[in-house]
Amino acid sequence: MFCIRKLAVVGGAIASLAAATVAIAQEDPAPAAYKEAMQGKRIIMVPMAMGFDLAQGWAHFLKKEVDGFGGTFETRDPNWSIEAGAQAITEAIASDPKPDVLVVHSPDLNSYSKLFKKAQEKGIYVVLIDNPTNYPADAFIGSDWDRLGQLEAEAVIKGCGENSTKKIGLVQGDQVNASSLYQYAGIMKVLAQHPDFKVVAKPDSNWDATTARNVATTMLQQNPDICGIIDFWDGDASGTAAAIREAGKQGKVFLVTTGGGEKVDCDNLQSGVFGAVVMTELQNQSRDINAIIKYLLQSKQPPGTSKTNIYTLEKATTKADIKPDTCWDLKALQASAK
Amino acid sequence: MVVKLGKDWLSQERIVLLLAVLLFVLASVSLKGFFTPDNLVAIVRSVSVLGILAVGMAVVVIGRGIDLSAVAIMAMSVAWYLELLNTGTAGTTALALALGFVLLIGLVNGYLIAYADVPAIFATLASGAFVFGFVRSQLIRQDATPVPAGNWIEALGRFRLLDVPVEVFLFTAIALLAALFLRFTKWGRFVYLMGDNPLAARNMGIPVRPVTVLRYVISALIAFAAGILTAASLLSINTRVVNSSLLYDIVLVVVIGGIGLSGGKGGMRNVVVGALLIGIMLNAMIILDIPNIYQNLIKSTILLVAIIIDSFINPRDEQTAQQGDI
Repeated sequence: MFCIRKLAVVGGAIASLAAATVAIAQEDPAPAAYKEAMQGKRIIMVPMAMGFDLAQGWAHFLKKEVDGFGGTFETRDPNWSIEAGAQAITEAIASDPKPDVLVVHSPDLNSYSKLFKKAQEKGIYVVLIDNPTNYPADAFIGSDWDRLGQLEAEAVIKGCGENSTKKIGLVQGDQVNASSLYQYAGIMKVLAQHPDFKVVAKPDSNWDATTARNVATTMLQQNPDICGIIDFWDGDASGTAAAIREAGKQGKVFLVTTGGGEKVDCDNLQSGVFGAVVMTELQNQSRDINAIIKYLLQSKQPPGTSKTNIYTLEKATTKADIKPDTCWDLKALQASAK
Repeated sequence: MVVKLGKDWLSQERIVLLLAVLLFVLASVSLKGFFTPDNLVAIVRSVSVLGILAVGMAVVVIGRGIDLSAVAIMAMSVAWYLELLNTGTAGTTALALALGFVLLIGLVNGYLIAYADVPAIFATLASGAFVFGFVRSQLIRQDATPVPAGNWIEALGRFRLLDVPVEVFLFTAIALLAALFLRFTKWGRFVYLMGDNPLAARNMGIPVRPVTVLRYVISALIAFAAGILTAASLLSINTRVVNSSLLYDIVLVVVIGGIGLSGGKGGMRNVVVGALLIGIMLNAMIILDIPNIYQNLIKSTILLVAIIIDSFINPRDEQTAQQGDI
C-alpha cells in the first residue's frame, strides 16, 4: 500500500516535471501556420518558353523553394507562341485541383488580360515576371525596363566616350512587348539629356538573331562611323555582334545589351563581343518571386485586391566589373538539380 | 513580234524581274548608300539562306508537292549536330549521325507521300512538328546551341573570297547544281513531267514514287546545308526560327519567282529572281528604317499584287491543274 502511494507521488512529481518542461520549451505557432498555409499548394509557371536561360533559372529556384514548403511546382512550355501560352493558362485555370498561384511571363501588354481576370475570379493569384502588363496582377517581379534602358544608354555614352562620333544605333525587339517599348523610352530619356548623342537608326530584330544581323549589317554600312549599338536582348545580340565582327569593327563599335546574366554573357564580355550588359540578377529575382508567393499564400487576401511591384536591382556590367560570381552557370544549375 | 511580246513574254518571272529592277533603280537613285558594293553584297547575302531553302522547296514544288518541314529540319538537325559536338562526340561521328537523321526524315516524308498517299501538306506539316518536338525535348537542352570554338563551321563562316562572303557562293553553287539536275538529268526531267500531270506521268511509266522520295530527300539535305550556313554566320543556331515566318518567306520566294504551286513549271532562275526581289525590298526597307509590322504589310502586298497579275496573264490550265492539287 505504502509502496503504491509512494510510487504515485513519485509518478505525480515526474508528470508535473514533464509538464513544466513542456511549458519551458514553448511552441512557436508560426511555423505550423506557415506550413498550414503552404502545404500542398500548387504553383504553375507559364514563361514565354522554357528553352532559354532565364526561364530555366527561374524554374530551378522556384522548384527548390516550392518543394521545400511541401507544394507542387509545374511549368508549361508555350515555346514562344502566344496562343499556346493562352491555352496553357486556360487549361491551368480549369484544372482540378486548381492552382493556387500562376506565375506568368507575359509576351505583351494585353494578350492575357482576360485570362488573368478569370484566374483571379477563381481565386488564383497571378504573379507576373519579367514583362509587365497593363492588367493589374497581384504582383510584378522583374526589371524596371525604363530604368534598364537608361542604364544601357548611360553605358553606351560612356563606352563611346566624349571624343567619339556620338552616333548610336538601336536594335529594338518589336513594337508590342513591354520590355522593348519601355526600354526604348528609358534610352530616349537619357539621350534627351545628352543632345549631342544621336540615334541614327532603330530597326527591329523581332528577337531573331538572323534578322538582327541583317539589320545591323545595313545599319553599319549606312553609318560606318557609329560608335555604339544598343541591342534590346542578348538572345539576338549574337546576330548584331556577327554584323559588327564581319564589318571589321569589333573594338570600334561598343555593343550594349541586356540579358539573364548567364555564363555566356560574361564570356562575351571577356572576349570583347559585348561592351556592357545590363544583367538581371537571377538569384535575387527568383528569391523575390518566392517571397511574394509565400506572402500571398499566407495573406489570405482575395486575389486581385492588391498590387505589388518588386523591381530587381540592375546595373550595367563591363569587362572590368566581372568577378567569379557575376554570372551564373545554367549547366551547373542543371547538374546540381539532378 | 508584238503579239509574242504581249502574252508569252510577260511571264510572272519577267514581271517580278521587272519589279525587282524597278525597285533597284528607285532605291539606287533615292537611297543614300544603297548602290555601293558592300550593300549589294549584303543584299545577296541576306537572302542566301532563304534562297538556298527556296531551292529545296522549288525542287519539291515543281514536281507538285510542298515541304513544310524544311525549316524544322534546318534548325533541329543542326542544333542536334552542335549539341553532339558540345557534349564531346567526335566530329565525324556527329556529322554522320546528323546527316543520317536528315536523310531519314527526307525518306519518311517521301515514303508517306509517295507510298502511303498522304497529301504532302499534311505529311510534312506533321513530320516538321515531330522533328521539332522530338529534337527539342529529347536531344537538346536549350533554344540556342552555340558552335564550339575552333570548329570547321566557324572557319566556314569566316571564309571570304574577294570580300564576298561564303553564303553567296554556296547559294550560287546549290542553285546551279539543282538547275543542272532539273534540266539535264533524266530524273530531273521526270520532276517536271510529274508536276505537270502526275497521272499521265505515271501512266507513261515514269517511276513516280521513287522520284517523289528523291525530291524530299534533296529538300531535307538542302535544308541541312542552310542550317549549317546559318550557324556559320551567327556562331549558334536558335530553334526559335521554326516558329518564325521563315517558312512562309520560302514559299513566298518560290511563288513570287513564278514557280506555280500546282507544279510543272519554273526553275532555278525563278528562285534567284524571287530571292533578289525580296532581298532588295527588305534592304531598302531597313535603310528607310521602316518598322517590322509595316515591312510585313508591304511584303505581303507585293506578293498579292504579283499573284493577281499572274492569274490574269497566266490563267490556270484547267486540263491538268486540278489533278492532285496540294
